[in-house]
Formats: sequence, structure tokens, C-alpha cells
Amino acid sequence: MSALVATIEGVGFWATGLPGWDSARDFVRDGRLPEAPPARPSPQLLAPNERRRAPGTVAVALEVALAACEAAGRDPASLPSVFASTHGELAITDYMCATLADQPETISPTRFHNSVHNAAAGYWSIGTGATAATTAISAYQATFAQGLLEALVQLATGVPAVLLVAYDGSSVGPLAKISPSAGLLGGALVLSRSERAGAMRLAATLADGEAPAAAGPLAARDPGNAMAPMLGLFDALASGDRHTTLSAGAGRILQLSLHEPSLHEPSLQETGAQRRG
Amino acid sequence: MPPFAVRAWSATTALGRGVQAQHAALLERRSGLRPNDFGPDNADGVPLPCWIGRVDGLEDAPLPAQFARWECRNNRLAWLALQQDGMLDAVRDAVDRLGAERVALVIGTSTSSIGASEEAYRDLQPDADGTPAFPPELARPIVHTVHSLGDFVQQVSGARGPCITVATACSSSAKVFAQAARLIEAGVVDAALVGGVDTLCGSVLYGFNSLQLVSAQPCRPFDADRDGLSLGEAGGFALLERVPADNRSLRLLGYGESSDAHHMSSPHPQGLGALQAMNEALARAGIAPEDVDYLNLHGTSTPANDRIEAAAVASLFPARLHASSTKGWTGHTLGAAGIVEAVFCLIALQHGTLPGILNSATPDPACGPQIRFDNAQASIQVAMTNSFGFGGNNASLVFGVSA
Repeated sequence: MSALVATIEGVGFWATGLPGWDSARDFVRDGRLPEAPPARPSPQLLAPNERRRAPGTVAVALEVALAACEAAGRDPASLPSVFASTHGELAITDYMCATLADQPETISPTRFHNSVHNAAAGYWSIGTGATAATTAISAYQATFAQGLLEALVQLATGVPAVLLVAYDGSSVGPLAKISPSAGLLGGALVLSRSERAGAMRLAATLADGEAPAAAGPLAARDPGNAMAPMLGLFDALASGDRHTTLSAGAGRILQLSLHEPSLHEPSLQETGAQRRG
Repeated sequence: MPPFAVRAWSATTALGRGVQAQHAALLERRSGLRPNDFGPDNADGVPLPCWIGRVDGLEDAPLPAQFARWECRNNRLAWLALQQDGMLDAVRDAVDRLGAERVALVIGTSTSSIGASEEAYRDLQPDADGTPAFPPELARPIVHTVHSLGDFVQQVSGARGPCITVATACSSSAKVFAQAARLIEAGVVDAALVGGVDTLCGSVLYGFNSLQLVSAQPCRPFDADRDGLSLGEAGGFALLERVPADNRSLRLLGYGESSDAHHMSSPHPQGLGALQAMNEALARAGIAPEDVDYLNLHGTSTPANDRIEAAAVASLFPARLHASSTKGWTGHTLGAAGIVEAVFCLIALQHGTLPGILNSATPDPACGPQIRFDNAQASIQVAMTNSFGFGGNNASLVFGVSA
């Protein structure tokens, strides 16, 4: 296959202790950690009572999705979206299984509808008014790579820009020994077809092989979350590395390269804007 | 979009195993629904009082020994469904012809193998540290995660292209057609096995019951007195490829996907998301609403869903359209509904069997002339199916015969 390409217009990030892309970049560049970071995101898309009740995975997914759209200067309602999560909300799976074993008729209707794998995608579309296509996928350790691939394939087959959101939360109860995942972790990218001055281009190619263990500062700091395989790309974006490799499952890898746009010479106006920025 | 050839296809439901069993039951208007005999029991010590579409024989059909790691009800049904109509041979043949890395697997499910997690929680045992743990025979991580299904199908098929489990509730195994079509169109692969499997489990029986959406009777889609759905289980698959010059196969002509952006478990009151998905599918297929001969509705038999879908259909299609819900035959098979009803569309295209609706007797005045209770027989060119899921996630597919 020829490489699939996209412009990275905006990045969103949230990890336990690193509540945003700016703090993640600071950490990667000079090891700085924010003081007293919030324990969980507070996504402004949800009404205050929903914000408190929302599962952690929904909160982190909405937080990073909105941050990526703001960084890209894109109206969230205008974008189709791909939501990638290895396990979905494990705390709800634990609740459902424990309640079914004990008193099945007491299942909470709200927890049940929040148990669907596309819960975060649903809340996103409701909160932003986005009526475009959204999907929710899992591919176990390859979830992020397969989500990125679907986003790139959407660009290749016609959509001008797409939102990719990846996240996982903490496992609890007996499930924690079977599906271990710690903390909250989310990353989002707004990807587009067209080049944009100052925005990195990403090229992706599938190949045979095994991805090396991610070794960057973000990956080293947060290895226990089920979405940790995405951190190779976010480490590369934060540090300026030009190449990274993601596991695409079963002896396959997604090779990623990052580069500045080649075609576009920045105009005087854009150069000025960059200086001011 | 370019049309894609549907090279092989199959479904296994409460009606039986494979396409012929589905077709025979549709012709005979024989329902697969039965009084619920699937656990877990309620406080009265009996299964939830409702009707279900259960696949016979899964309890006695363990996976072959080499796949024991994936053992669970959902993967058993996946395996059983792959044995029908030459599906597994078809995908292995595609792997041989095109190369393993040129065949993708895009598989849909709502709850995957959560039934195995429920089973483990019913039988927790103290671990070495004294905390509750899964019994050893169920302490297999791959069956307690969403991708269990996709991973299992990858194991048995030998395909090495992208392998994804799509989990958008009840639109899952319709959306797999869209994602697979994109992967082929973008040149990432040359073929894709699509499909979906969902099995009965406590989560869905008691979950839908908690939302007061389960009927105590067999479901009656679009009947004036409908009062809820019947849950079912099913598995089905289809193999999509680029259309070769001389191919006479049935085709995927278009897909449409949308979001309601309205509510997690209630449809948009004006059916805007449903209309958007249908319009996009027609646009991608390059056809007009008048060109559609048969529409398989989502038609879950809940009061709101059916009223809103019927209104959307009436606003878009002429009266001549034959539209029906087949949930009375199979029950609502959730994440497998998309593939099962896609197979019903392919049966309609191949055999001219247009299903009506089972169990329903009194038309709801809200339903337009498109909603047909009786079966019909007609040679048709275009069939369409709708799948709508929680989170306001919608998908429509258009299939046709080759020109």
C-alpha cells in the first residue's frame, strides 16, 4: 500500500497528573510536572450534574476531543469522529457483572446505556451537536493504530477532516486482574487532508514486524493504562522525533513518519502570525 | 463510491444455521422466538419473563481444541456461523488469492463475550491474597474484552490485514460494511470479511428490561399495540471485494452513517439522524428513493422507535416501497442485527422474497403505506437496510444486483 497521509491540525491530551497537551509537552521537554493537577477532567461539554456523574472514560474522551478541536480551530460539530478504546468503561463492566450475579433486576438504566462501547462517542455528538458519522472501535493492543488507520482511510476516501479520540480508564474489582488498566489516559488528533502552514504532516504505512516497546518520557511515565500504546506517537509529537512505530496487531506494525509540509511556503502574514505566537 | 462485490454471505439466527434456514423461515412466516429460557434468573428464581430468539445447540458446540483460549458463547456462535454457506472457505480462499495481508477483518458486536465475564462474576473465588478472582477456566483475558470477537475471527481466518471490532451498539455490524468499503477503496486491502456476532447475556436482558423496553410477548413491530422488543442472538458474515469486470455477484452499492446528536437511548423525535443516514446511503449509491424496492427497517417494536422510523420512511420514500421489520422472526439481535438484515436484503435480491412483519395485526396510523405486514414475491433490483443504535448511532446500507 502507498502511505496514508494527513495534516495534524490539533492535538488533545490528558493523563493522570498531566492534565493537557501543554503540560505533557513541558514534561517531555524538561521533565516539569504541574502542581496539584486535577484528579479527573471536567469536560465543559456536559451539564454540571452530568459532568460529575459521567464515567471517567467519557470525561477524558470529551476533554481531549474538545481540546484537539480548539487547537485545530475547527467547529466540533463539523467533524466525523473515530473513538478508539481498548476496554471501554471497565468500572461499568464491573458494576454490570457484579449486579447481575447478585440482583439482576436492580440494574440501573443509566449505567446500562453508559455501558455501550460508543458511550463517549454518543455524549460527544450530543454535547457538540455533531450529526456526522461517528464510530467506536477496539482492537486490543492495536486499538490506537487501528483507530488511526480508520481516521486516515476516511480522509483517503473523501472526508476533508476527521477527529480521532483514544482513551482508556482504570479497571476495578475482580476484572482488574484480567484487564489491567490504571489511571485515565486520553489523546485526540484533528486530522485533515489539506496542508497547513506550521502543522505537521503524518504518513502511515502498514508492514510486518513487532513494534519496539515505546521508550519516550510519556510512555515511560504511564505504562499501565490500556491506551499506553498510543504514547509512542504523542512522545514523538512532543519531542520532535520524526519516526515512530505502533503495534497494529498480530505481527503487523503501523510505521509513522512526521514532517513539515513541503509544498507550502509560509506567506508573510503567516510568518508574522508565527512570530507573534 | 465504487460498488463492491459480495462474494459470500451467511447468517445464523434463532431461525437456524445458514442462508437456506433463514430463507425458508421467511417464506413460511415461522418465527424463531420462544419463551425466555436463558438466565440469569430473577428474584422469583425464573428467567426474565419475555420472549427471545435463541440459537439452538451452542451449549453442545465447543470450539475446536486449538481455539480453546477463545472459548465462550459469543465465539462459539462466531465459529458456528463461519461454518455455514462456505464462509470460512471463502475467506481462506481470499487469503490464498490475494495475500493474507490484503484481507481485512471488520467485525461488529455490541457486548462481545461479556457473557463470559458475567459467568466469572457468578463464580468468583478467593485469590492467593484473599480477594475475589475469576475461576481459573475463565481467567483468559482475551474473552473479557471487546475485541475478543475480532481477535478470534483473525485466528481462524488466517487473514493478516487490519483487524477491528466495531462496537457502536445496534448499528455495529452495518457500520462494518462502511469501514471495510473504505479500507478497500483506499487501497489498504483488496477484500474484507465483515460481519457481526452478539449472544444473549444478562447484561442485555436485564439492561433493556431496566429501560422498560422489553415486551412480555413476542415483539410486534409497527403494530398499534406494540409494547417493546424481543431480544435475540445471531452471527453472520459477508466477504466484500472489488468488482471484477465479469462479476455477476450481488453488490454493496452504498452506505450512510450519521449521529442523532440527541440522546443516549432515545431516537431523535423527528428522525433526523435516520434520514441523514438513509439519504447518504442513497447518494453514495447514486440512486433516488424511488429506485429502492425493499427496505429492511430497524423496527425494534418499541413505541417510539417504530413511530419515528415510519415517519422518516414515509417522508422519504414513495408508497410503492415494500418496507418491513424482521425482528418478529429473529428478535433484536443487537450488534448482529446489521449483518442479519443485510443477509435478508441479499435473500430478497436473489430470490425475490420480500418479508412482511410477524405477529403484527393492527396497523398503527402513524405508519405510512410503505410498512407491509404481509410477505411479497417480486423480482427486485435494490434493497436497503437500516440499523440504529444507542448513542444515536445510525447506519444504512444499499445492496443491488449487478447491471
